[in-house]
Parts: sequence; structure tokens; C-alpha cells
Amino acid sequence: MHKLLRQIARVGIRTEAPPKPDESLRQRSDRLSDEVLRLLGRALAIRHVDAGSCNGCELEIHAVNNPYYNLEGLGIRFVASPRHADMLLVTGPVSRNMESALRQTYDAVPEPKLVVAVGDCGCTGGIFGEGYASCGRVANVIPVDVAVPGCPPPPAAIMQGILTAVQRKR
Amino acid sequence: MKPAFPGLELIPVPGTVRAWRAEVDVRGWRDTAEAALSAGARLGALWASDERDLGGGSRVRALLVCFEGLVCIELRLPDIATAFPDLSDLFPCAARMQRAAHDLVGVRAVAADGKVADERPWLRHGAWPQDVFPLRRDVANASAWPAGEDRYAFVAVEGDGVHEIPVGPVHAGTIEPGHFRFSIVGERVLKLEERLGYKHKGVEKRFEQLGLEDAIRLAGRISGDSTVAYAWGYAMALESMAGVNPGERAILLRALLLERERIANHLGDLGYLGNDGGLAFGLAQFSRLKEDLLRTNDGTFGHRYLMDRIVPGGVAVDVDSAAIALLLDEADRLERELGRLRAIYDDHAGLQDRFVACGKLTAETAARLGVVGLAARASGLAFDARVYPAHAPYDALEPRMCTRRHGDVAARVNVRFEEILESLGLERRILRQLPSGESRVALPAITEGSLGLGWIEGWRGEIFVALEAGPRGTVRRCHPHDPSWQNWPALEHAILGNIVPDFPLINKSFNLSYAGQDL
Repeated sequence: MHKLLRQIARVGIRTEAPPKPDESLRQRSDRLSDEVLRLLGRALAIRHVDAGSCNGCELEIHAVNNPYYNLEGLGIRFVASPRHADMLLVTGPVSRNMESALRQTYDAVPEPKLVVAVGDCGCTGGIFGEGYASCGRVANVIPVDVAVPGCPPPPAAIMQGILTAVQRKR
Repeated sequence: MKPAFPGLELIPVPGTVRAWRAEVDVRGWRDTAEAALSAGARLGALWASDERDLGGGSRVRALLVCFEGLVCIELRLPDIATAFPDLSDLFPCAARMQRAAHDLVGVRAVAADGKVADERPWLRHGAWPQDVFPLRRDVANASAWPAGEDRYAFVAVEGDGVHEIPVGPVHAGTIEPGHFRFSIVGERVLKLEERLGYKHKGVEKRFEQLGLEDAIRLAGRISGDSTVAYAWGYAMALESMAGVNPGERAILLRALLLERERIANHLGDLGYLGNDGGLAFGLAQFSRLKEDLLRTNDGTFGHRYLMDRIVPGGVAVDVDSAAIALLLDEADRLERELGRLRAIYDDHAGLQDRFVACGKLTAETAARLGVVGLAARASGLAFDARVYPAHAPYDALEPRMCTRRHGDVAARVNVRFEEILESLGLERRILRQLPSGESRVALPAITEGSLGLGWIEGWRGEIFVALEAGPRGTVRRCHPHDPSWQNWPALEHAILGNIVPDFPLINKSFNLSYAGQDL
């Protein structure tokens, strides 16, 4: 036990300041009122859905909870069920084999809800594009509030997308 | 030395990988596979292609991993929908690959008694009709069909008190989609059946729309956590067709990137394994170490996961003496930190209680299933393409293989710890002996119809890339093969007799790719 405690003391706190929201990432702003966004605030519950990614974006979504980014320290946490979530964080071009699972997951999130598409594939279909097995970008299947480009987007960019989605418009 | 297969004409495939190809007839397909199995060979990959435009029907290929190297057996079928002999009784891992070949091209593996072992589709869910085979050349990638019905007959386990737990495709954590069907009594698992293919997005079809050199970007996005391994495998296949050797400096830099990918993934897994074993401290510590490594990658090589750093003919990175000093310093620091954390993991009774004897995969089962990579090494099987056959630069770097014999979660944890240390050693050797020279050479035009092979030991296991050139520098066909094809079925065995709450830990200890096998 003493080794473990010494290690914690040795490392200390590594958490860095979070990024500022970036309005240019917002795809649409007509869905939720300022009042709802104020209530959601930053006590946000997120359900992640991989709709067909290469798994690169998942690595960076994991990273937002490492001690440097510490997303949970802002009151934002990942939950195990869409029914507990305020926001879906969706990666990948949506494979046709995941299309109905994504729709069902979206439907299971109670209103009011937000969707953030993560990564170049989520934003545009990326290198996979649209094809016999790929629906392309996330917005082709469910409404998207904020889209975060990058291949994969670094953790700070993903956090920025999440924070932008819950930021009140003037 | 050539492998000995009586009656077979083995034609060498040029390039870094020691490989031969051989045309076989229907009988030879079975006979060669049987001879290979009795000589201790494994099945590396199996795939089919539409060759009607070349005046034939279809062609099925299998990669046999022999002690001497790879043997690619090729069976031409007169018609696009002809049956070919089933190999799944010899190599159980062939079963899903054969089902995928049927879903995509329409060739069916049939046993000697005329039976089809498993008629259920594997990659086709409801996205295209059952009489459409999307990898055929007359099906456009832009085709779309209305979503069809998706019924899948899971194997039912019956008996007093048996019930099923369906899980997925959307899982509770941040992981890739797939479906697990548990049949349980109380909390004990009687059977696990996996259903994958949810991430199938037509990667092989997409390859055929790209140029040979551009397609390396797609290769680097087959399984993002193995981007270096796939890009190198693809480059190796392409360079073998081009007859080009990127030179010692470029090859050593590739190995440097591959070892850093291995270290990053192992660090991440060790954190999650601690977390799933109830020690959240482990996740915080290891994810910090991983982040440090990723930041160094970003600063030194320009990408956190090293995507697109391996390019046809070489690498798109270089290191100067300041970078070498920084990387050597990082290696020393990481080794010190790893030693401390390993001591904590080893001494933690609660954690060891979860790890030891959990999710056991015996050597016999692993060998029978053709398990590869770190899972194989943790079950006492000595497969590591870096050690044997050791393509350049590993033949000169002489890596040490890390193995354990118990095949439990603890063994897979220990192999990861030791492989990080070994990779740090390799990194030091590379950085200290890096010669000056070009980091990239130009590729000549590639002859239509050439075949190239790549074989890379990624962090999870061995990756193969089989690449065929089309006209004017295009990809005619590319089949990338992930080690997860072989290792997913092993997870169904490792869980048997364990309790459901141990599944996340056991699953994580394998950490297999969905994207890599769904394609």
C-alpha cells in the first residue's frame, strides 16, 4: 500500500485547463433553447456510440478521461446506457450494419438531447465515404449538433466539441 | 529453404517476406492444407476474388504459415459461384473467413460429404440482399439496397435453469460494436457465441477505387490502433511488387514506429486491465504514461498515433540527434516508471486474485484454433514474426520473444509488461545504430497483375496484406488480414466456466479488433 500511495504523491495532479468552446464547430443551433442548455450545464451524461470507426477515435475518447484532460473533473461523464444520457458522442462513418442500432440508440436518449459527431469520418464519411456498406457521415442518419474534425481529433478537440454543444448561445 | 509439398510448384514471391505461391486444383487445395497441417503450419488468411474479367470465374487463396515462410495456395474456380473444399475441419479459424468469402464473392466452402458446415452469413447482416455479392466486379460500390431483414440463428443451449444474456452491438463502455450471446446458469458461462460484422463498411471494395500509393492511407485506417502495422504491411506488399528496398535507415525508422505503437497499446491495456480488476489507480497511472508517449509521438513524428508516417518507399519522418536524445531519455524514464508500477501490480493481492487462473486458454486449444500474437505467446506458443522468420530489420535487432505458459489473464498481463521492456530495448538499439541515408525512395511503375505480400507482427499479432496491382497504378484487389480473425474464436473458449462479471476483464486481456476483422 505504501508504494501505491508514494506513487500517487510522486505523480501529483497533472490535470490541465480545459479548452474554450468553439462556435465554428456547431452544425445547428435551433434544437435546444438556452434555458435547456443552462439546465444541462456541465453536469452532462454522455453515451458513446461507435457506428463504424477504425477505432482511432475511440483511442482519443478514452484519452479525454486520462489525468491530463480529466473530463470527468468538469462534471461530464460517460454512462453505460443511452437512457441515462444527455448526449451521444458518435464516431465513424455509419456502417449500414450499424444504421439501425444507431437510430435505436438515438431514440433511446430522452429529450432534450445533443449529438456530437467525432472525427473526419463522422463529419464527412472520411476516407471510407459512402458505399454499399457505409452510409457516410453521422448526419446522414441522425441529427448532429456539433461536428469535430480530425483523424483522429486530439482529446482537447473532442472536449472542445462537447463543451461547445452545451454552451449557451448569446 | 523451401517448404516441401510433393507435387506442388512453388514460385517465389519477391520481396522482404519469405513467401511462395502455388497454383492448386480442387484436390490439391485440400491435400496441401492437410500436408501443411501435419507439418505444423498454421492458416494465416483465406480470401476470394472475382476474376471473370480475366477469363476465369473466381479465385480463392489461402496463406499457409510454414516454418520456412508463407505459402500462398491459389485455387482457380471455373465459375463465380463454384464450391471449393472446406478447410475448417483442418483449421477451425477458416470457418469465419470462408463465410465472409461467401458473403462478399459468393464462393461456398463445402465439405467432402457435400455439406456446408455453417450457412449463416458473417459480414452480411441486412445491408445487401443474399443474392448480391458486393466484392464482385459488376457490383458498384455506390450501390445501395433497402435495409433487409436481419435474423441470426444463435446456437441455443438448453437445460434446467439455462438462460441467455444478449449484449450489443452497442456496448456499455467506449468500445467497438459487436454482439455477444452468453448462455449461462446462475453466473457461470456455459457458452459464448460472438456475432461480428457490425462495422463492415466495405474496406476491400474501397481499396479498388484507389491508386496503389494513395491506398496506404486506407490501409492505415483498417484498425486505428494498429495503423503502423497495417501501413508497414501494405508498404511491404507494394514494395515487393515494385522490387524496391527503402534502405536501412527507413526500415529502422519503421521498426521504431512499430515498437512505439506496441508500447502505447500495451500501456493502455495494462491500465484498463488494472481498472477492470478493481484498481482504478492503474488506469490513472498507465493512461498518464500512454499520454506522455503520445505527446512525444506528436512532437517528434507529427502524429499521436503515427498515422500516415509510413509511406510507399520509406517513411515521412526523420529524427535528428536532439530527437534521439529525447527518445532515449523517455525510454529510461518509462522503464523506471514501469518497474514501479509492475511491483505494485505484482504485490496487489486483490488484483492478482482477479488475474490468476481467470480466462484460461490452454496451449492445446490455442494451437488448435490457430491463435496468434500476444495471446498465443501467453499460452506458451512461440509465434512472433519479429523473432521468426524475422524480416529486416528484426533479423539484425534480435528481439527476445516474451512468453508465458498458463494462458490466463495474468499471463497476458505479464507478456505485455515484458514486451514493453523488450520494445524499449529495441528502440534504444535502433536509435543508437541508426545510419545516415535516405528516408524515402521513389517507386517505379508497377506491372498490372503483380502480387505482393506483407507480414508484420503488430502489437496484437501478425497482420498480412495481400495486394494485387491493376492497370495504371491502381489497386486491383487488396486483402488485409487482422490477427483478430484467429483470436476472436479463442475468446469463446477462454470464457467457458468463468463467471459473467469476469468477461470484461477477460475480453480486455485479449483486446481484439472489431474494425480489423469486420472490414
